Amino acid sequence: MIELEHVTKRYGAACAVADVSLTIGAGEFCAVMGGSGAGKSTMLKMINQLIAHSEGTIRVDGQDVRAMAPAALRRRMGYVIQSIGLFPHWTVARNIGTVPELLGWAASQARDRAAALLEQLKLPPGEFLDKYPHQLSIGQQQRVGIARALAADQDILLMDEPFGALDPITRQALQAEIAEIQRASRKTIVFVTHDMDEALRLASRIAVMDRSRLVQLGTPIELLTAPKTDFVRNLVGRDDLGIKLLGIALVASRMRPGEAAPGEPIAATASLRQALSRMVAEGRDRLPVAGADGAPAGTLHLGDLLRR
Amino acid sequence: MVRNRVLLVLLLAGLAAVPSLGFLTLAPNRLVSGVPIGLAAALRQGGEALLIPAALLAAGPFLPQRRATHAAMALAAAGFLLLLVRLAGSEAALLAASAPPIASISLGGGFWLLLFVASLALSDAMRRLALPVWATALLGAAICGALALLLLSGALDALAILREYTARRSAFGAALARHVLMVALALLPTVLVGLPLGIWAQRRRGLAGWLFPLLNIVQTIPSIALFGLLLAPLSTLARLFPALAAWGIGGVGLLPAVIALFLYTLLPVVRDTAEGLAGVSPAALEAGRGLGMTPGQLLWRVELPLALPVILSGLRIATLQAIGLAAVAALIGAGGLGAIMFQGLFADALDLVLLGVVPIVLLALAADLLFELGIAYAGRLPR
Repeated sequence: MIELEHVTKRYGAACAVADVSLTIGAGEFCAVMGGSGAGKSTMLKMINQLIAHSEGTIRVDGQDVRAMAPAALRRRMGYVIQSIGLFPHWTVARNIGTVPELLGWAASQARDRAAALLEQLKLPPGEFLDKYPHQLSIGQQQRVGIARALAADQDILLMDEPFGALDPITRQALQAEIAEIQRASRKTIVFVTHDMDEALRLASRIAVMDRSRLVQLGTPIELLTAPKTDFVRNLVGRDDLGIKLLGIALVASRMRPGEAAPGEPIAATASLRQALSRMVAEGRDRLPVAGADGAPAGTLHLGDLLRR
Repeated sequence: MVRNRVLLVLLLAGLAAVPSLGFLTLAPNRLVSGVPIGLAAALRQGGEALLIPAALLAAGPFLPQRRATHAAMALAAAGFLLLLVRLAGSEAALLAASAPPIASISLGGGFWLLLFVASLALSDAMRRLALPVWATALLGAAICGALALLLLSGALDALAILREYTARRSAFGAALARHVLMVALALLPTVLVGLPLGIWAQRRRGLAGWLFPLLNIVQTIPSIALFGLLLAPLSTLARLFPALAAWGIGGVGLLPAVIALFLYTLLPVVRDTAEGLAGVSPAALEAGRGLGMTPGQLLWRVELPLALPVILSGLRIATLQAIGLAAVAALIGAGGLGAIMFQGLFADALDLVLLGVVPIVLLALAADLLFELGIAYAGRLPR
């Protein structure tokens, strides 16, 4: 659990973060949204004290971060940054093993862990363990960056615009990976982004920052249906609000179980937005739905998309 | 159809030197100036082999510029260099046989110029070949080895520089050892003090603000003047504490030389350490900090390894500077190869000067090559 109480960061007369109070519960995926200069990165870096806060209190699992040695505090949480920052003179295996090594793991244990994480992030360990960062594409580098942050398997993961430098295809693939990791491990994730679709897709709660202040904190559906300020309203977009709403709901939530329909099935875990897209593209008003095992699970009708 | 202008210019320079400058100089004794002996005479007396690499080099500028050509030019230049030295030795031996024993046979301007031209042709060919550093080092070692064999075989013994050597064999060995010791003694504190100072200067702008100007000023003091500046305080110290004098500490000798060399070599090490650290990627630093490295761990695991090639290049400059400046330290009684050089200068015996200077140049070249290898190894990993 991460708690911020009336946290302020001043640089001289300027205020980067103004009086933010926020509690991020264990296992929560919290996205911090906002434009550039809104203070979202500063807020994240105050949690691991890369930036010291000027006022207020920050607690991690009930402990005041100021009471802990900075290095010890940071070793309790994974950290991923937009510029990736792999150590260029170390192999992929050693990069991933950074925190295990700091924690005094045996070398073989750290290497096994690195191999397992590469496997999980879809980079064949045999091929990648002994490569150097410059031999990897940017997308592969960020996969290694994520593996490095997960290596010691801490409960908390801080991510500072982790996918900002990636092309759209790699970005979507990595979004899926991180969503899967969170589903499987129930980590507490704080995720800074300026991409609303990314936040809506991944987060269980979204904190919107505007000019140093926290202007709204809510679930994706709350943000879409009840934006508190004009800034949030602009951020979630007026034109494609309906599409965004469809994007955060799953096919499984609206389908009619047991009913059968002809055609190529859509996965129950796909979003309603994907379902609508298929209906429009294929000119059909219903789609068969397949469960996790691939067996027919039901049917989704066009009208079902309008139900609340 | 000139395809390699650099080589052509070198060849023309070499060609111009042959008739106008003597290949060797024959003097009745070591103190008076002698008469030049031309290369043509030497070539007629068993030096024909030299014409083979010479002909190859002469064809070089007009051949298509392929790797094979560059490799042939490199080999021809190396062969020319070695044969030139051997020819100087054999020609000197022939001259010595018919001259009185006191006669002195020195290397002439023509020899030095041809040696210089051949070295430049070699480095031009190596540059065009763009071989990895270890291959360059291997070739350098092979040439040095061949020269050493020539020296040991006695083929060069009739030359005055080797006669000077034979006359001072033990003194030369001691001077060489002393020179290396002086450089090592100066570099040790340079590294021990320079590295921390460089790290500190990179972290604190305030320190860098006055440290670098100060070190720059030290660099501008002429070496003799710096030795002079150290003379007064150190001799006072020795007078006040006779025990120190018993340890060899005084205004003259090894200690002031080592202190002066240390002060000179501090700037490149401190500056390049600071520069190397400043060049470490901010992303790697943020990641290291964010993952929980302490400042010490960050320094040893990330910053220093990444800055190492730049730090080594600073240390290379420091080492070369120390090897050269240590020669001047002979003036304050520090010994070393400079002592032989000055002895020759004061006696007007050019070959004795060379006996001091040539090993200094070779030491510097060897150190340079070693650092080149070290930097290439440290930089092998991507930045």
